[in-house]
Amino acid sequence: MADRIPALETQIRLLEARLRRLKGDLAEARKTAEASAQVYETLGPLSSSEKDLKLAIDGGFPDAWRTETLAALAQPVSPEAKQKKHWPLSQEEYRRYGRQMIMREVGLEGQLKLKRSRVLIVGLGGLGCPASAYLAGAGVGTLGLVDGDVVEDSNLHRQILHGTERVGMPKVLSAAEGIKSINPWVSCRTYESHLSAENVMETFLDYDLVIDCSDNPATRYLVSDACVVLGKPLVTASALRTEGQLMVLNYPPRPPGDTTGGPCYRCVFPRPPPADSIVTCGDGGVLGPVVGLMGVLQALEAIKVLTKTDPISKEAADGWAPTEPPSLTIFSAYSAPQFRSIRLRSRRAKCATCSVQATVTAESFTSGSLDYIQFCGAIHSVNLLSTWERMPARDYAAVRNRSADKETKGHVLIDVRERVQFDICHLDGSFNLPFSCLNSWPAPGTPGSESNEDSETQKLHHQLQQLIVRDPDEPVYVICRLGNDSQIAVKKFKELGFDNGGIKWIGDITGGLRAWKKDVDDGFPEY
Amino acid sequence: MAETKPETVDVMDITVEFTGGLEMLFSNKRKHNISLPSKDASGAPANINFLVEYLCKHVMKDPRKDLFVLDDTVRPGILVLINEADWELEGEGEYAVQKGDNIIFVSTLHGG
Repeated sequence: MADRIPALETQIRLLEARLRRLKGDLAEARKTAEASAQVYETLGPLSSSEKDLKLAIDGGFPDAWRTETLAALAQPVSPEAKQKKHWPLSQEEYRRYGRQMIMREVGLEGQLKLKRSRVLIVGLGGLGCPASAYLAGAGVGTLGLVDGDVVEDSNLHRQILHGTERVGMPKVLSAAEGIKSINPWVSCRTYESHLSAENVMETFLDYDLVIDCSDNPATRYLVSDACVVLGKPLVTASALRTEGQLMVLNYPPRPPGDTTGGPCYRCVFPRPPPADSIVTCGDGGVLGPVVGLMGVLQALEAIKVLTKTDPISKEAADGWAPTEPPSLTIFSAYSAPQFRSIRLRSRRAKCATCSVQATVTAESFTSGSLDYIQFCGAIHSVNLLSTWERMPARDYAAVRNRSADKETKGHVLIDVRERVQFDICHLDGSFNLPFSCLNSWPAPGTPGSESNEDSETQKLHHQLQQLIVRDPDEPVYVICRLGNDSQIAVKKFKELGFDNGGIKWIGDITGGLRAWKKDVDDGFPEY
Repeated sequence: MAETKPETVDVMDITVEFTGGLEMLFSNKRKHNISLPSKDASGAPANINFLVEYLCKHVMKDPRKDLFVLDDTVRPGILVLINEADWELEGEGEYAVQKGDNIIFVSTLHGG
């Protein structure tokens, strides 16, 4: 029994907080209803034009205005009453939001909803910066910002809230400064840590909607699970290289088991991809405007959801009414058409999170039964070679110093980075054999292996063979960016028989060009 | 590799697209026009499972098959879209491919 105590405590805390908010909403709704009832009373029987006016007003006027307007009609305006006149927004806010408020899609009602909304942004990187900037601009009342990282130089080309002078600063603080300068009316709450199963419930509780701007599958599953359990709609996006993807999930955010609710991340992706199939922006690269566009789209989808939501009944799942079926938007900068919308499935009947058979519950977060890192598989460092097959960067520098031309005379240096990276910078005398090219070489003895290669690959294959066989004694050093691909390449060379049955030494430079910069030449560019 | 299939087999023309990085496994080409045999080896109408097998055998040059197929099905993290809809709306691997179909394989992205 004792082990259930923390779980029960969490559940009670969550329910109590929800109850508090419901009571607050109820009190507010009662006050508004009473106020307008009083006004109608003082007006007495309505004439037909007054009835028309009331009808028009009921069509979409905010309560605060309705009270004001009807009161103004009921009695002549005295100077004192004029002074007391209460507008729901400040003069500056009317000016600031006017351009979006005059649109049918927003209106004053929508603006007030945005002002009352609390949106949580998980990750303040390439997606989170534009998403939060536009939501701040639109006048979302409260923005919660979650990120445990600090600003780095390599972030600046795409993470537009972080300026050059803020390198080294926690991203949430940098983003909060940027947001404040865009719109001081927004209240920012910062969470300077990474999201975890332990802190996710408490962090999410107070928000109306969550925007997933994270950069790894473990966080994506965690965010989606928590959104389902707490009944929050989720706007999720991702980007890499020249492409982006966007989904609005758990919308409407009905309780687990209710098949009319929107699908969650697990419905679409019940199993995580193998950890070694995942490419990060650091490894694969990303274009700033591509990831920026996806973040802007997230802000847009959030505004659509928030301005449509009935603020009173938002706790009741029935208050949500999406107009479009769940879809996945795919953006591809170098394809035509650039945008595609794909119809997605509805909730999965056996989903671990949002079905009747759900095993993910509020308690499972705090009890430690959910290990997202393990679920998604840890990326283990590559360790394929034995010590004698690896050479530290410093020792390789000595090899070059001893060689007749101070470069690669007497040995072979193969750089297995992709051609575009090789062209950025490389060691003099190195031969570029892109890893992708090497990878597409079939194992020896595979039927039809030659015909499978394109001419470029064949050319490289031929050049490499020339290089390697030119002197059977010349050792072959393989280098890459970080020292992972180089190990795989060494293995592959040996499989292909390039080591002449073990006579020729083939090994890699431990830690790659990063180690070269750190230990040998600090002037070598790092990208 | 057209020569590996008998000339008498009926084929249907479809388009297959790869995105989200999968195109790198398919000669860096996103859009492929495929003439798919209308029936599999047992004579059953060609379905998505057969298409996946066909792509592995005849179109994919990269030896890293496990980045596309794992445990005899498309690996986790890849969405299969049949004419702009999630394949789960169409019967998944059992969906019988029709002439002119557009099948997209999308690898999920995680960067942000």
